[in-house]
Amino acid sequence: MAGLFMIELKGIRKAFNQGKHNEYWALDGIDLTIPAQQVTALKGPSGSGKTTLLTILGCLARPTEGRVRLKGEDISGLPERFLTEIRRKTFGFIFQQFNLVRGLSAIENIILPAYPEGQPRKDLLEKAEALLAGVNLGHRRDAKVEWLSGGEQQRVAICRALINDPAILIADEPTANLDTKLSKEFLGILEKLAGQGRTIILTSHDPLVVESSVVDRVVTLRDGRIVDQT
Amino acid sequence: MIFQPAIIALLLAAGLSLAMLLIASPFALQVIRHWDITSGSERQLRLERLTYLFSTLVAFVCVMQIAAALLFVFNADKLSVMFVGAMCAVGALNVNDYGFPALYAQLGLFFLATTWLAINHADAHARDYPLVRLKYALLLAALPLFALSLWLQLRYFLGLKADVITSCCGSMFSEGSPNLASEVTALEAKPAMLIFYGTLLAAMAVSLWHRQRRDDVSGYATGLAAAAAFVASISGILAFVSLYVYEHPHHHCPFCLLKPEYDYQGYALYIPLFAATAAGLAAGVLRLFSRRPSLARVLPELTGRLAGVAAFGYGAFLLIASSMIWRSNLVLLD
Amino acid sequence: MRIWIEKQKHLIDFTLASLARRKAKNLGLLAIYTLLVFVLASVALYTHALRVEAQKVLAGSPEIVLQRLIAGRHDLIPPGYLEKIGRIRGVQKMEGRLWGYYYDSVVKANYTFMAPRDMKIERGEIVVGPALERSRGLAAGNGISFRAYTGELHTFIVADVLPETSELVSADLVLMNEEDFRAFFKIPEGYYNDIAMNVANPQEVRNVAIKLLTTLPDSRPILRDEVLRTYASIFDWREGLMLALLSAAILAFGIFAWEKAAGLSAEEKREIGILKAIGWETNDVIKMKFWEGLLISLTAFLVGYVAAYLHVFYFGASLFEPVLKGWAVLYPRFSLPPHIDGLQIATLFFFTVVPYTAAVLVPIWRAATTDPDTVMRS
Repeated sequence: MAGLFMIELKGIRKAFNQGKHNEYWALDGIDLTIPAQQVTALKGPSGSGKTTLLTILGCLARPTEGRVRLKGEDISGLPERFLTEIRRKTFGFIFQQFNLVRGLSAIENIILPAYPEGQPRKDLLEKAEALLAGVNLGHRRDAKVEWLSGGEQQRVAICRALINDPAILIADEPTANLDTKLSKEFLGILEKLAGQGRTIILTSHDPLVVESSVVDRVVTLRDGRIVDQT
Repeated sequence: MIFQPAIIALLLAAGLSLAMLLIASPFALQVIRHWDITSGSERQLRLERLTYLFSTLVAFVCVMQIAAALLFVFNADKLSVMFVGAMCAVGALNVNDYGFPALYAQLGLFFLATTWLAINHADAHARDYPLVRLKYALLLAALPLFALSLWLQLRYFLGLKADVITSCCGSMFSEGSPNLASEVTALEAKPAMLIFYGTLLAAMAVSLWHRQRRDDVSGYATGLAAAAAFVASISGILAFVSLYVYEHPHHHCPFCLLKPEYDYQGYALYIPLFAATAAGLAAGVLRLFSRRPSLARVLPELTGRLAGVAAFGYGAFLLIASSMIWRSNLVLLD
Repeated sequence: MRIWIEKQKHLIDFTLASLARRKAKNLGLLAIYTLLVFVLASVALYTHALRVEAQKVLAGSPEIVLQRLIAGRHDLIPPGYLEKIGRIRGVQKMEGRLWGYYYDSVVKANYTFMAPRDMKIERGEIVVGPALERSRGLAAGNGISFRAYTGELHTFIVADVLPETSELVSADLVLMNEEDFRAFFKIPEGYYNDIAMNVANPQEVRNVAIKLLTTLPDSRPILRDEVLRTYASIFDWREGLMLALLSAAILAFGIFAWEKAAGLSAEEKREIGILKAIGWETNDVIKMKFWEGLLISLTAFLVGYVAAYLHVFYFGASLFEPVLKGWAVLYPRFSLPPHIDGLQIATLFFFTVVPYTAAVLVPIWRAATTDPDTVMRS
């Protein structure tokens, strides 16, 4: 039986500056399915549309043309308000630059995505502490994020991505700012998360990631089109 | 004109509201013409982004209008000391021909504002902005009313001269005068009370019914009941509640209730009434759109809650009015 | 409902932390906002207190004061007037009053001389108001000479000084015996300055005034309500004038608020982008920003209003006194009893919070609609 949930993209095209003289199509006809509970890597040079594809997969943006189905439900026409709600509940994001809010502590950063859900603060803090313990960072709970090392910041970012217990994790160039040791650590965490049954999508240049055993499938992009899928 | 801060505030509120709505008008036209929720084009995305701004703007205007209604009445009462023969807001409003029309326009805007806010709320909670075109069409349709209100207020306030002799509520609400107000007040106490209690209790019952059933019929009934209850309440206040408060068999004025001499009781009476009427009307109006699929989930809960508020408001109003009658030393019925 | 409350609590939490993170910028805005509220509230509180005080003071005065006019100027009431008026229905009490002005060149001030009907003053004695005590150093037992307009010097002994609590009406009063008065000002017997009348029913006052005019065409009845209205108008007008002058300040404040709200630092922009990317919706960001504005507004309003209250009622409104009170040499030193008015607070709210909210609406929206995917590309 086909996976519990999939993301299906059909005929996706995304334009910027539409109607103007510098109109630019970042994606030009993408048909892609993301199977559930697998790790898919997106590969391609800069300008290939990787990041744009990621934003559409992760419901951060709407396609100019084409249909997006999430778990069988057509979400292409949903306005931002409800797209955001779905995104919040279904997706967790780990950004290349980590993008933690400076001035707040690690645990405060972690519970931020859950604020719009309106759960009591106590429950959120409990969840966050459990997540921190899971990545061996419990002792840095109240440290301001700007004082954390690169590896520690990434682990906080991972916890933040997990606070709403999402089914799908999206990571953008997760090892770009890490050395080999930390990259291997990250892959270890990734393996654990994949083992929990989460669907993972990531973009990467790094052969360490793309060729690792954790990744089930690699999709190659060029000039807004898919040129290869394994 | 009387150069009072409250008057300046009211005129500025009216002017600012109109200005903001005019600014929102081009966008409103764009929404009505080009809105297409299924499209992902940049124009649609732009419209969606802008609707956050303009909805917030119009909501701000609505809140201002609700506050302005209160301020208007409060101010008219305070102004009365400036005019010979004026004992309360009625005297102040009668100074020239624009006073009462300005009041009615402001009250009209009050109910328009509350209804728009309800529609906006419903639109925000459905998945595909089902009421967005309606919202902005309503805005455009309301523009003339806002302009009219501003004009009436300007004519009224600019035409105020402190030495003009005006009539006080005594002549407007006395049983002999030939106007609608006096016809109502000429009602005998007993039938007036029956109509009053009857209509209000019926409105309460209908609202509670809708709160249970949450369907179209009970919804429309709630809206109509709200309108009827409003009329019955004002008539009741004119006909006998005011008499009990003033402990005087001929003092019918609905505005003197707001004075400090009577401990501002009028506010305790009017605020629940206006809130209940606004809620009931909103519930009724929203029910008109129950067919739209995306609203099917959201609407019942929303109108049910509004009806609950309405029922509570009527109840509070009845309780307060009844306690005023109970505590009074006046005896009207034998 | 519970979820909504929790959500607002979260937003407020974030807002407070966010405000604290940018203390310098927010304190600057708060300070100016508070100052604006302070200035407007001081003006409003002061004029209102004056208005209320004037009302209270005038409450004790007679409903009608009848003056006689010759060629449009105020003249003495001749003997026989009281009889001519006779009994008018509604008038409880009617009496002629004796009072006048005296210019004291020593302190360059005007005093009001009066022969009271309800107080017994011995010949040669006077009772003075508190301002005279201060300016001329008078106390009970002192003597003082006044030069009459005829050139004669009249000497009086001060029998008593009026209490300070009555200053607002009695500051520059000099009360003397009726015969002394008539001798000083050379006003013959039977002549009075004006006639004071008490009318119980307020609705009758106009009718009485009309009757007076028909009986005595050369008289001018002055109604207390008219005086009240005139004072109210003057205070309103003065307050309105100050408001007009301050409107420039309000406008400047609006622009300032706009600038502050629109001038998001790169850090702030980044933060909002992050919030949008991790799952906050545009409305959530707007609500959070509105909480920011609300917290700042309420704090500024509260602090500004309390400061204005203290300023006006405990420090005598020293900053605005001259403009609002008017100009005079001999001033009663009075402390206004505190008086707060709902309409005033509402109007004040309108002139401060509404411009602020209107000014920050668009910048807030612009900040809140940052595209979440820009964060991916940074």
